[in-house]
Amino acid sequence: MSEDVEVRLTVNGDGYRVRVEPRKTLVDALREDCNLTGTHIGCEHGVCGACTVLVDDRAVRSCLMFAYQAEGTSIRTIEGLADADGTLHPVQAAFREAHGLQCGFCTPGFVMSIVALLDENGAPTPQEVREGLSGNLCRCTGYQTILEAVDIAAATLRATSLEATR
Amino acid sequence: MKCAPFRVELPSTVDEVVAALVEHGEDAKILAGGQSLIPMLAMRLARFDVLIDVHHVDGLASIQLDQNTIRIGSRVRQSEIERSDVIKRHLPVLAEATALIGHFQIRNRGTIGGSLVHADPAAEYPAVALALGATFEVTGPAGTRVIPAADFFLGYWTTALTDDEVLVAIHFPIPEGKRVGMTVKEVARRHGDFALAGAVASIGLDPSGAIVETAIALFSAADQPLRLTEMEAALTGHSPDSLDIPALSAAAAAGLAPGDDLHGSADFRRHLFRHLIADVAAEAITRAQEATNV
Repeated sequence: MSEDVEVRLTVNGDGYRVRVEPRKTLVDALREDCNLTGTHIGCEHGVCGACTVLVDDRAVRSCLMFAYQAEGTSIRTIEGLADADGTLHPVQAAFREAHGLQCGFCTPGFVMSIVALLDENGAPTPQEVREGLSGNLCRCTGYQTILEAVDIAAATLRATSLEATR
Repeated sequence: MKCAPFRVELPSTVDEVVAALVEHGEDAKILAGGQSLIPMLAMRLARFDVLIDVHHVDGLASIQLDQNTIRIGSRVRQSEIERSDVIKRHLPVLAEATALIGHFQIRNRGTIGGSLVHADPAAEYPAVALALGATFEVTGPAGTRVIPAADFFLGYWTTALTDDEVLVAIHFPIPEGKRVGMTVKEVARRHGDFALAGAVASIGLDPSGAIVETAIALFSAADQPLRLTEMEAALTGHSPDSLDIPALSAAAAAGLAPGDDLHGSADFRRHLFRHLIADVAAEAITRAQEATNV
């Protein structure tokens, strides 16, 4: 049998020390060992995007990365977006405003992908948004309201960064 | 599904990678970005006792510009290639091809070496490497050898690498000071899906504007990337104005035997190739004519 390895994870600024099998994926470690069940597991082979998290600020599929590989990285999950007082992140607020979710299963993955997307490009074209979200599947097929949420979030984030520079 | 259990080795040098490959033989597999290997493990299509994780190996993660080549370490992530100023400036076709690979979340982990060694016939990088005349720097127990792209791809997911060899770097010649145009195009049902058909062209012109170098490679056309040698010969030596590129492309596409499956019939794929080949040839010529680096 493969021996467990000890891994130190930093998730949303909090440190975790977990013992996992080498084969344990990052998403399983987040859910089972860190008790952070906001990140969802869909297809478990990199197709659906439900498990998207940020590793060192880059969006990745946490089902296509082993937990031991996250040693020393800084991970951000859906739990790390809202402020401590419960104020939603602009992308979360936009999803609520635009009704960008139905059953909500795909939502954490979409939200994390959109956070990464808007972090890199604050004013994406409709084509860039569609390409950027092509790696996330919504089986309720509520894509139009998700696209609207991206527009709203982008506008909010632009306004916020404008204010910050004043 | 979950992967079957495995042990991990974390070598820090290429020599240690080779030693681990020699020790474990076919029971071991190198893990780079894992964006193809981990799904195969998860679906239990593949199973290894040992994964040799190359993330801590020195010297595999850099992009270096020499006089006439760019050397890309095998563990350079696709997203780094997409963002690299050196590549955007000296080999933009490689950045363009990278943007076609999977989704950005995949490219944030996936590596160039992993994609080339996986040798999926629908993948972009193998066809780009073939069209551009890349060479593969490979290390094994007997030392380092260099394999030209033309000899590297042998069939579905099969390369000239032996079980005890590791791909260290890929060398791409760059057309500095020459009028060369390059482009890549593909058709997929949805951005990021496997390409139904894809084509890469690199065309060089002499000072009079005649074609002196032609390379056209296809992906998703066969069990490995293909060069269109007959069409290349028909273009080379001629002025672009004197050529009927749509007719040559139609002839080239008619000779293909692409896959025939639920994603697209062979006839449909030939139809796509006919237009893709014409498009990449025409665009490569236009880019060569507009080249400003001469």
